[in-house]
Amino acid sequence: MNRVVVTGVGVVSALGNTAAAFWDSIENGRSGIGPISKIDVEGTRIKNAAEVRGFDPTEYFDDKKLMFLDPFSQYGLAAAREAVKDSGIEFDEKLGGRSGAITGSCLGGKETEDNLFAELYRDKKTRFPPTVIPAAMANAVASQAAMEYGLTGATYTLSTACSSANHAIGNAFWLIRQGTLDAAITGGSEAPLSFGNLKAWEAMRVVSPDTCRPFSKDRNGMILGEGGAMFVIENLEHAKARGAKIYAEIVGFGMSADAHHLTMPLVDGAAKAIRMALDDGGLKPEQVGYVNAHGTATSANDTMESAAVNLVFGDHAKNVFVSSTKSMHGHALGAAGAIEAAATVLGLHNGILPPNINFNEADPECDVNVIANKVIAAEPEAAISNSFAFGGLNAVLAFKRWPN
Amino acid sequence: MADGTVAERVIRVFADFKKVPTEDIKLETTFDELGFDSLDGLNLIFELEEEFDIVVPDDKVQSMRSVAEVVEGIESLV
Repeated sequence: MNRVVVTGVGVVSALGNTAAAFWDSIENGRSGIGPISKIDVEGTRIKNAAEVRGFDPTEYFDDKKLMFLDPFSQYGLAAAREAVKDSGIEFDEKLGGRSGAITGSCLGGKETEDNLFAELYRDKKTRFPPTVIPAAMANAVASQAAMEYGLTGATYTLSTACSSANHAIGNAFWLIRQGTLDAAITGGSEAPLSFGNLKAWEAMRVVSPDTCRPFSKDRNGMILGEGGAMFVIENLEHAKARGAKIYAEIVGFGMSADAHHLTMPLVDGAAKAIRMALDDGGLKPEQVGYVNAHGTATSANDTMESAAVNLVFGDHAKNVFVSSTKSMHGHALGAAGAIEAAATVLGLHNGILPPNINFNEADPECDVNVIANKVIAAEPEAAISNSFAFGGLNAVLAFKRWPN
Repeated sequence: MADGTVAERVIRVFADFKKVPTEDIKLETTFDELGFDSLDGLNLIFELEEEFDIVVPDDKVQSMRSVAEVVEGIESLV
Protein backbone atom coordinates (compact mmCIF):
# COMPACT_ATOMS: atom_id res chain seq x y z
CA MET A 1 0.00 0.00 0.00
CA ASN A 2 1.16 3.51 -0.78
CA ARG A 3 1.93 5.98 1.96
CA VAL A 4 0.18 9.34 1.67
CA VAL A 5 1.48 12.74 2.74
CA VAL A 6 0.17 16.28 2.99
CA THR A 7 2.28 18.59 0.84
CA GLY A 8 0.13 21.70 0.49
CA VAL A 9 -2.25 23.60 2.77
CA GLY A 10 -4.70 26.39 1.97
CA VAL A 11 -7.14 28.05 4.35
CA VAL A 12 -9.81 30.74 4.15
CA SER A 13 -11.43 31.22 7.55
CA ALA A 14 -12.45 33.57 10.29
CA LEU A 15 -8.86 33.22 11.52
CA GLY A 16 -7.34 34.53 8.32
CA ASN A 17 -7.45 34.01 4.59
CA THR A 18 -4.15 32.16 4.17
CA ALA A 19 -2.73 29.16 5.98
CA ALA A 20 -0.05 31.42 7.48
CA ALA A 21 -2.57 33.94 8.82
CA PHE A 22 -4.75 31.08 10.10
CA TRP A 23 -1.83 29.52 11.95
CA ASP A 24 -0.77 32.85 13.40
CA SER A 25 -4.26 33.26 14.88
CA ILE A 26 -4.23 29.71 16.26
CA GLU A 27 -0.81 30.18 17.83
CA ASN A 28 -1.99 33.35 19.51
CA GLY A 29 -5.37 31.96 20.53
CA ARG A 30 -7.24 34.69 18.68
CA SER A 31 -10.99 34.34 18.32
CA GLY A 32 -12.60 34.79 14.93
CA ILE A 33 -16.05 35.01 16.52
CA GLY A 34 -17.96 38.29 16.54
CA PRO A 35 -21.19 40.04 15.55
CA ILE A 36 -22.49 38.96 12.14
CA SER A 37 -21.84 41.73 9.66
CA LYS A 38 -22.51 40.27 6.22
CA ILE A 39 -26.27 40.02 6.59
CA ASP A 40 -28.93 41.80 8.60
CA VAL A 41 -29.64 39.64 11.64
CA GLU A 42 -32.77 41.54 12.70
CA GLY A 43 -35.41 38.86 13.20
CA THR A 44 -33.13 36.04 14.31
CA ARG A 45 -31.71 35.22 17.72
CA ILE A 46 -28.38 34.26 16.15
CA LYS A 47 -26.23 37.37 16.40
CA ASN A 48 -22.64 36.08 16.43
CA ALA A 49 -20.66 33.91 14.06
CA ALA A 50 -17.12 33.26 12.88
CA GLU A 51 -17.18 35.17 9.60
CA VAL A 52 -14.55 35.27 6.90
CA ARG A 53 -13.38 38.88 6.85
CA GLY A 54 -11.41 40.92 4.36
CA PHE A 55 -11.94 38.39 1.61
CA ASP A 56 -12.42 40.18 -1.70
CA PRO A 57 -13.41 37.58 -4.29
CA THR A 58 -12.49 39.91 -7.15
CA GLU A 59 -8.87 39.61 -6.08
CA TYR A 60 -9.09 35.90 -6.84
CA PHE A 61 -11.58 35.52 -9.68
CA ASP A 62 -12.57 37.43 -12.81
CA ASP A 63 -16.18 38.51 -13.36
CA LYS A 64 -17.00 35.64 -15.68
CA LYS A 65 -15.83 33.03 -13.21
CA LEU A 66 -17.44 34.78 -10.25
CA MET A 67 -20.89 34.42 -11.80
CA PHE A 68 -20.57 30.70 -11.12
CA LEU A 69 -19.07 30.90 -7.64
CA ASP A 70 -21.28 30.86 -4.58
CA PRO A 71 -19.28 32.03 -1.53
CA PHE A 72 -18.72 28.38 -0.54
CA SER A 73 -16.98 27.89 -3.89
CA GLN A 74 -15.00 31.09 -3.56
CA TYR A 75 -13.62 29.92 -0.21
CA GLY A 76 -13.00 26.39 -1.46
CA LEU A 77 -11.33 27.38 -4.69
CA ALA A 78 -9.20 30.10 -3.09
CA ALA A 79 -8.01 27.55 -0.51
CA ALA A 80 -7.35 24.98 -3.25
CA ARG A 81 -5.23 27.48 -5.17
CA GLU A 82 -3.20 28.27 -2.08
CA ALA A 83 -2.68 24.57 -1.34
CA VAL A 84 -1.54 23.85 -4.90
CA LYS A 85 0.83 26.81 -4.92
CA ASP A 86 2.14 25.89 -1.48
CA SER A 87 2.81 22.30 -2.54
CA GLY A 88 4.67 23.32 -5.69
CA ILE A 89 2.94 20.45 -7.49
CA GLU A 90 2.55 20.76 -11.24
CA PHE A 91 -0.34 18.89 -12.75
CA ASP A 92 0.90 17.98 -16.22
CA GLU A 93 -1.24 15.74 -18.41
CA LYS A 94 0.13 12.52 -16.95
CA LEU A 95 -0.23 13.54 -13.29
CA GLY A 96 -3.56 15.27 -13.95
CA GLY A 97 -4.85 11.97 -15.31
CA ARG A 98 -4.02 10.29 -12.02
CA SER A 99 -5.27 13.10 -9.78
CA GLY A 100 -8.69 14.22 -8.59
CA ALA A 101 -10.51 16.73 -6.44
CA ILE A 102 -12.56 15.31 -3.59
CA THR A 103 -14.40 17.88 -1.52
CA GLY A 104 -16.92 18.09 1.28
CA SER A 105 -19.77 20.49 1.88
CA CYS A 106 -22.91 20.23 3.94
CA LEU A 107 -24.94 22.95 2.28
CA GLY A 108 -23.32 23.59 -1.09
CA GLY A 109 -24.51 26.83 -2.65
CA LYS A 110 -27.38 27.52 -0.27
CA GLU A 111 -26.57 31.23 -0.17
CA THR A 112 -27.21 31.45 -3.92
CA GLU A 113 -30.45 29.50 -3.47
CA ASP A 114 -31.53 31.57 -0.49
CA ASN A 115 -31.16 34.75 -2.55
CA LEU A 116 -33.06 33.19 -5.44
CA PHE A 117 -35.94 32.09 -3.21
CA ALA A 118 -36.18 35.53 -1.59
CA GLU A 119 -36.41 37.20 -4.99
CA LEU A 120 -38.80 34.56 -6.29
CA TYR A 121 -41.32 34.37 -3.44
CA ARG A 122 -40.92 37.77 -1.80
CA ASP A 123 -40.12 40.03 -4.74
CA LYS A 124 -42.11 38.01 -7.31
CA LYS A 125 -39.21 38.10 -9.69
CA THR A 126 -39.83 35.76 -12.58
CA ARG A 127 -36.50 35.33 -14.39
CA PHE A 128 -33.20 34.06 -13.04
CA PRO A 129 -29.75 33.76 -14.54
CA PRO A 130 -28.60 30.38 -15.83
CA THR A 131 -25.71 30.48 -13.38
CA VAL A 132 -27.79 29.49 -10.34
CA ILE A 133 -27.76 25.72 -10.82
CA PRO A 134 -24.02 25.32 -11.53
CA ALA A 135 -23.22 27.80 -8.75
CA ALA A 136 -25.42 26.12 -6.18
CA MET A 137 -24.50 22.50 -6.80
CA ALA A 138 -22.54 21.01 -3.92
CA ASN A 139 -19.87 19.59 -6.23
CA ALA A 140 -19.05 23.01 -7.68
CA VAL A 141 -15.73 23.25 -5.85
CA ALA A 142 -14.56 19.80 -6.92
CA SER A 143 -15.52 20.52 -10.52
CA GLN A 144 -13.98 24.00 -10.54
CA ALA A 145 -10.72 22.70 -9.08
CA ALA A 146 -10.62 19.82 -11.57
CA MET A 147 -11.13 22.24 -14.46
CA GLU A 148 -8.58 24.70 -13.18
CA TYR A 149 -5.83 22.11 -12.82
CA GLY A 150 -6.82 19.55 -15.45
CA LEU A 151 -7.55 16.78 -12.96
CA THR A 152 -9.34 13.99 -14.80
CA GLY A 153 -9.23 11.24 -12.16
CA ALA A 154 -11.79 10.43 -9.44
CA THR A 155 -13.49 13.72 -8.56
CA TYR A 156 -16.59 14.07 -6.41
CA THR A 157 -18.18 15.69 -3.38
CA LEU A 158 -19.41 14.17 -0.16
CA SER A 159 -22.13 15.65 1.97
CA THR A 160 -22.44 14.20 5.44
CA ALA A 161 -23.35 17.32 7.40
CA CYS A 162 -20.57 18.19 9.85
CA SER A 163 -18.43 15.20 8.84
CA SER A 164 -18.37 16.08 5.13
CA ALA A 165 -14.76 17.25 4.94
CA ASN A 166 -13.39 14.37 6.98
CA HIS A 167 -15.23 11.88 4.80
CA ALA A 168 -13.85 13.65 1.71
CA ILE A 169 -10.25 13.75 2.94
CA GLY A 170 -10.48 10.14 4.12
CA ASN A 171 -11.76 9.02 0.73
CA ALA A 172 -9.02 10.89 -1.10
CA PHE A 173 -6.45 9.36 1.25
CA TRP A 174 -7.71 5.83 0.61
CA LEU A 175 -7.81 6.36 -3.17
CA ILE A 176 -4.14 7.37 -3.14
CA ARG A 177 -3.18 4.64 -0.70
CA GLN A 178 -4.77 1.97 -2.88
CA GLY A 179 -3.17 3.41 -6.02
CA THR A 180 -6.22 4.75 -7.82
CA LEU A 181 -4.83 8.29 -7.66
CA ASP A 182 -1.33 9.69 -7.25
CA ALA A 183 -2.43 13.06 -5.90
CA ALA A 184 -5.60 14.87 -4.86
CA ILE A 185 -6.90 18.26 -3.92
CA THR A 186 -9.14 17.57 -0.96
CA GLY A 187 -10.88 19.37 1.87
CA GLY A 188 -14.15 21.18 2.42
CA SER A 189 -15.83 24.55 2.29
CA GLU A 190 -19.01 26.11 3.61
CA ALA A 191 -20.88 29.41 3.57
CA PRO A 192 -23.78 28.91 6.00
CA LEU A 193 -24.50 32.52 6.95
CA SER A 194 -27.61 33.15 4.92
CA PHE A 195 -30.72 34.42 6.69
CA GLY A 196 -32.77 31.33 5.85
CA ASN A 197 -30.10 29.02 7.18
CA LEU A 198 -29.70 31.05 10.38
CA LYS A 199 -33.44 30.76 10.99
CA ALA A 200 -33.23 27.00 10.50
CA TRP A 201 -30.32 26.75 12.97
CA GLU A 202 -32.13 29.00 15.43
CA ALA A 203 -34.90 26.39 15.64
CA MET A 204 -32.38 23.70 16.61
CA ARG A 205 -31.63 25.68 19.78
CA VAL A 206 -27.99 24.66 19.86
CA VAL A 207 -26.42 27.98 18.90
CA SER A 208 -24.78 30.05 21.62
CA PRO A 209 -26.02 33.62 22.09
CA ASP A 210 -22.41 34.76 22.61
CA THR A 211 -19.41 32.52 21.97
CA CYS A 212 -18.12 28.98 21.71
CA ARG A 213 -16.64 27.41 24.90
CA PRO A 214 -15.89 23.77 24.14
CA PHE A 215 -15.51 21.44 27.14
CA SER A 216 -15.92 24.36 29.55
CA LYS A 217 -18.57 23.92 32.19
CA ASP A 218 -20.19 27.22 31.19
CA ARG A 219 -20.52 26.25 27.50
CA ASN A 220 -23.86 27.14 26.00
CA GLY A 221 -23.79 26.02 22.40
CA MET A 222 -22.04 26.23 19.10
CA ILE A 223 -21.15 29.19 16.95
CA LEU A 224 -21.53 28.90 13.19
CA GLY A 225 -18.44 29.53 11.12
CA GLU A 226 -17.65 29.77 7.44
CA GLY A 227 -14.68 29.25 5.18
CA GLY A 228 -12.75 26.46 3.58
CA ALA A 229 -9.55 24.50 3.85
CA MET A 230 -7.95 22.43 1.11
CA PHE A 231 -4.91 20.22 0.94
CA VAL A 232 -2.72 18.70 -1.67
CA ILE A 233 -2.15 15.14 -0.60
CA GLU A 234 -0.05 12.74 -2.61
CA ASN A 235 1.71 9.43 -2.79
CA LEU A 236 4.85 9.65 -0.63
CA GLU A 237 7.11 8.37 -3.40
CA HIS A 238 5.71 10.98 -5.75
CA ALA A 239 6.28 13.71 -3.19
CA LYS A 240 9.82 12.54 -2.52
CA ALA A 241 10.66 12.29 -6.21
CA ARG A 242 9.80 15.94 -6.75
CA GLY A 243 11.45 17.07 -3.52
CA ALA A 244 8.21 18.29 -1.98
CA LYS A 245 7.97 19.78 1.48
CA ILE A 246 5.99 17.38 3.68
CA TYR A 247 3.74 18.68 6.45
CA ALA A 248 2.54 15.36 7.85
CA GLU A 249 1.61 11.85 6.86
CA ILE A 250 -2.03 10.91 6.75
CA VAL A 251 -2.13 7.37 8.06
CA GLY A 252 -5.64 6.43 9.05
CA PHE A 253 -9.32 7.01 8.37
CA GLY A 254 -12.21 5.58 10.34
CA MET A 255 -15.92 6.03 9.84
CA SER A 256 -19.05 4.74 11.47
CA ALA A 257 -22.77 5.36 11.87
CA ASP A 258 -24.47 5.65 15.25
CA ALA A 259 -27.67 4.17 13.77
CA HIS A 260 -29.33 5.75 16.77
CA HIS A 261 -30.75 9.27 16.52
CA LEU A 262 -30.67 12.21 14.12
CA THR A 263 -29.30 14.72 16.60
CA MET A 264 -28.30 12.92 19.81
CA PRO A 265 -24.77 11.57 19.38
CA LEU A 266 -23.77 8.16 20.70
CA VAL A 267 -20.52 7.39 22.51
CA ASP A 268 -20.19 3.97 20.90
CA GLY A 269 -20.43 5.34 17.37
CA ALA A 270 -17.81 8.02 17.97
CA ALA A 271 -15.50 5.58 19.76
CA LYS A 272 -15.87 3.10 16.92
CA ALA A 273 -14.78 5.68 14.33
CA ILE A 274 -11.77 6.69 16.46
CA ARG A 275 -10.77 3.06 16.94
CA MET A 276 -11.13 2.35 13.24
CA ALA A 277 -8.95 5.34 12.35
CA LEU A 278 -6.24 4.07 14.69
CA ASP A 279 -6.51 0.51 13.35
CA ASP A 280 -6.49 1.76 9.77
CA GLY A 281 -3.31 3.70 10.49
CA GLY A 282 -1.65 0.87 12.39
CA LEU A 283 -1.52 3.13 15.45
CA LYS A 284 -1.59 2.05 19.06
CA PRO A 285 -3.54 4.44 21.30
CA GLU A 286 -0.27 5.27 23.13
CA GLN A 287 1.17 6.77 19.93
CA VAL A 288 -1.51 9.45 19.82
CA GLY A 289 -0.70 12.63 21.73
CA TYR A 290 -3.27 15.06 20.38
CA VAL A 291 -6.97 14.99 19.57
CA ASN A 292 -8.44 17.84 17.58
CA ALA A 293 -11.93 17.40 18.94
CA HIS A 294 -15.23 17.84 17.20
CA GLY A 295 -15.92 19.93 20.33
CA THR A 296 -18.97 21.90 19.25
CA ALA A 297 -19.57 23.28 22.77
CA THR A 298 -23.04 21.83 22.85
CA SER A 299 -23.94 20.07 26.04
CA ALA A 300 -24.50 16.76 24.24
CA ASN A 301 -21.42 16.61 22.01
CA ASP A 302 -18.72 17.50 24.49
CA THR A 303 -19.76 15.00 27.17
CA MET A 304 -20.25 12.30 24.56
CA GLU A 305 -16.90 13.02 22.89
CA SER A 306 -15.05 13.07 26.22
CA ALA A 307 -16.51 9.67 27.04
CA ALA A 308 -15.51 8.34 23.62
CA VAL A 309 -11.91 9.56 24.05
CA ASN A 310 -11.72 7.89 27.46
CA LEU A 311 -13.27 4.71 26.13
CA VAL A 312 -10.70 4.40 23.33
CA PHE A 313 -7.59 5.68 25.07
CA GLY A 314 -8.25 4.28 28.55
CA ASP A 315 -5.44 5.11 30.98
CA HIS A 316 -3.54 6.90 28.21
CA ALA A 317 -6.37 9.45 27.86
CA LYS A 318 -4.86 11.67 30.56
CA ASN A 319 -1.72 12.00 28.41
CA VAL A 320 -3.64 12.97 25.29
CA PHE A 321 -3.97 16.69 24.73
CA VAL A 322 -7.41 17.70 23.50
CA SER A 323 -8.59 20.95 21.97
CA SER A 324 -11.50 22.16 19.93
CA THR A 325 -10.33 24.87 17.58
CA LYS A 326 -14.01 25.64 16.93
CA SER A 327 -13.54 27.91 19.94
CA MET A 328 -11.72 30.20 17.49
CA HIS A 329 -12.97 29.47 13.94
CA GLY A 330 -16.51 28.42 14.82
CA HIS A 331 -18.35 25.42 13.45
CA ALA A 332 -17.93 25.54 9.70
CA LEU A 333 -20.15 22.45 9.21
CA GLY A 334 -19.02 20.70 6.02
CA ALA A 335 -15.72 22.58 6.11
CA ALA A 336 -15.10 21.92 9.81
CA GLY A 337 -13.09 18.74 9.33
CA ALA A 338 -10.85 20.42 6.77
CA ILE A 339 -10.19 23.56 8.83
CA GLU A 340 -9.50 21.34 11.84
CA ALA A 341 -7.26 19.05 9.80
CA ALA A 342 -5.31 22.19 8.87
CA ALA A 343 -4.96 23.06 12.57
CA THR A 344 -3.87 19.48 13.30
CA VAL A 345 -1.39 19.17 10.42
CA LEU A 346 0.14 22.60 11.03
CA GLY A 347 0.29 21.80 14.73
CA LEU A 348 2.21 18.56 14.09
CA HIS A 349 4.44 20.37 11.60
CA ASN A 350 5.24 23.25 13.95
CA GLY A 351 5.49 21.20 17.15
CA ILE A 352 2.81 23.38 18.72
CA LEU A 353 -0.63 22.14 19.68
CA PRO A 354 -3.62 24.45 19.09
CA PRO A 355 -5.43 25.88 22.11
CA ASN A 356 -9.03 25.49 23.15
CA ILE A 357 -9.88 29.09 23.98
CA ASN A 358 -12.81 30.31 26.11
CA PHE A 359 -12.08 27.49 28.53
CA ASN A 360 -13.21 28.94 31.84
CA GLU A 361 -14.01 26.01 34.08
CA ALA A 362 -13.38 22.28 33.90
CA ASP A 363 -16.52 20.17 33.59
CA PRO A 364 -16.49 16.85 35.49
CA GLU A 365 -18.66 15.53 32.65
CA CYS A 366 -15.83 16.28 30.21
CA ASP A 367 -12.89 14.43 31.74
CA VAL A 368 -10.28 15.11 29.06
CA ASN A 369 -6.92 16.89 29.08
CA VAL A 370 -7.97 20.18 27.47
CA ILE A 371 -5.32 22.55 26.11
CA ALA A 372 -6.79 25.44 28.04
CA ASN A 373 -6.57 28.83 26.34
CA LYS A 374 -2.87 28.77 25.38
CA VAL A 375 -0.86 26.65 22.96
CA ILE A 376 1.35 23.84 24.19
CA ALA A 377 4.72 23.02 22.63
CA ALA A 378 4.72 19.28 22.01
CA GLU A 379 5.74 16.83 19.33
CA PRO A 380 3.35 13.93 19.54
CA GLU A 381 4.02 11.04 17.19
CA ALA A 382 0.45 11.04 15.98
CA ALA A 383 -2.76 13.05 16.19
CA ILE A 384 -6.38 12.48 15.28
CA SER A 385 -9.08 14.88 14.15
CA ASN A 386 -12.70 14.03 14.94
CA SER A 387 -15.89 14.92 13.11
CA PHE A 388 -19.28 13.74 14.32
CA ALA A 389 -22.26 14.78 12.23
CA PHE A 390 -25.97 15.19 12.78
CA GLY A 391 -27.45 11.99 11.48
CA GLY A 392 -24.95 10.07 13.59
CA LEU A 393 -22.26 9.86 10.92
CA ASN A 394 -18.73 9.87 12.30
CA ALA A 395 -15.43 10.35 10.48
CA VAL A 396 -11.98 10.46 12.07
CA LEU A 397 -8.62 11.16 10.44
CA ALA A 398 -5.26 10.08 11.85
CA PHE A 399 -2.02 11.90 11.05
CA LYS A 400 1.59 11.23 11.90
CA ARG A 401 4.21 13.87 12.49
CA TRP A 402 6.71 14.04 9.65
CA PRO A 403 10.22 14.50 11.02
CA ASN A 404 11.65 17.61 9.40
CA MET B 1 -57.36 33.66 19.16
CA ALA B 2 -57.99 30.12 20.39
CA ASP B 3 -60.37 29.54 23.29
CA GLY B 4 -59.49 28.28 26.74
CA THR B 5 -56.98 28.87 29.45
CA VAL B 6 -53.25 28.59 28.79
CA ALA B 7 -53.27 25.16 30.44
CA GLU B 8 -56.16 23.93 28.27
CA ARG B 9 -54.49 25.18 25.11
CA VAL B 10 -51.15 23.66 26.08
CA ILE B 11 -52.82 20.32 26.75
CA ARG B 12 -54.57 20.50 23.37
CA VAL B 13 -51.21 21.10 21.64
CA PHE B 14 -49.70 18.13 23.47
CA ALA B 15 -52.67 15.92 22.60
CA ASP B 16 -52.59 16.92 18.92
CA PHE B 17 -48.84 16.36 18.83
CA LYS B 18 -49.11 12.91 20.38
CA LYS B 19 -52.34 12.14 18.52
CA VAL B 20 -54.09 11.13 21.74
CA PRO B 21 -57.29 12.38 23.45
CA THR B 22 -56.79 15.48 25.64
CA GLU B 23 -57.88 13.39 28.66
CA ASP B 24 -54.62 11.45 28.34
CA ILE B 25 -52.53 14.56 29.00
CA LYS B 26 -52.33 15.64 32.62
CA LEU B 27 -50.51 18.60 34.09
CA GLU B 28 -48.11 16.28 35.88
CA THR B 29 -47.32 14.31 32.70
CA THR B 30 -43.59 14.51 31.91
CA PHE B 31 -41.78 14.51 28.56
CA ASP B 32 -40.20 11.20 29.55
CA GLU B 33 -43.62 9.64 30.18
CA LEU B 34 -44.67 10.79 26.73
CA GLY B 35 -41.56 9.16 25.28
CA PHE B 36 -40.20 12.49 24.05
CA ASP B 37 -36.59 12.70 22.96
CA SER B 38 -34.82 16.04 22.47
CA LEU B 39 -36.09 16.55 18.92
CA ASP B 40 -39.70 15.79 19.97
CA GLY B 41 -39.31 18.40 22.68
CA LEU B 42 -38.07 20.97 20.17
CA ASN B 43 -40.90 20.17 17.79
CA LEU B 44 -43.45 20.55 20.55
CA ILE B 45 -42.01 23.90 21.64
CA PHE B 46 -42.26 25.01 18.00
CA GLU B 47 -45.96 24.02 17.94
CA LEU B 48 -46.50 25.97 21.17
CA GLU B 49 -44.74 29.03 19.75
CA GLU B 50 -47.13 28.85 16.80
CA GLU B 51 -50.20 28.37 19.03
CA PHE B 52 -49.37 31.31 21.29
CA ASP B 53 -47.42 33.40 18.76
CA ILE B 54 -44.52 33.77 21.15
CA VAL B 55 -40.79 33.12 21.16
CA VAL B 56 -39.57 30.72 23.82
CA PRO B 57 -35.96 31.62 24.67
CA ASP B 58 -33.41 28.80 24.44
CA ASP B 59 -32.64 28.85 28.15
CA LYS B 60 -36.34 28.51 29.06
CA VAL B 61 -36.65 25.40 26.94
CA GLN B 62 -34.22 23.57 29.23
CA SER B 63 -36.58 23.96 32.18
CA MET B 64 -39.61 22.55 30.36
CA ARG B 65 -39.74 18.85 31.11
CA SER B 66 -43.41 18.39 32.00
CA VAL B 67 -46.80 19.74 30.96
CA ALA B 68 -46.97 21.83 34.14
CA GLU B 69 -43.53 23.32 33.50
CA VAL B 70 -44.55 24.15 29.95
CA VAL B 71 -47.73 25.86 31.16
CA GLU B 72 -45.71 27.83 33.69
CA GLY B 73 -43.15 28.79 31.05
CA ILE B 74 -45.81 29.84 28.53
CA GLU B 75 -47.75 31.84 31.13
CA SER B 76 -44.63 33.89 31.79
CA LEU B 77 -44.34 34.70 28.10
CA VAL B 78 -47.94 35.55 27.05
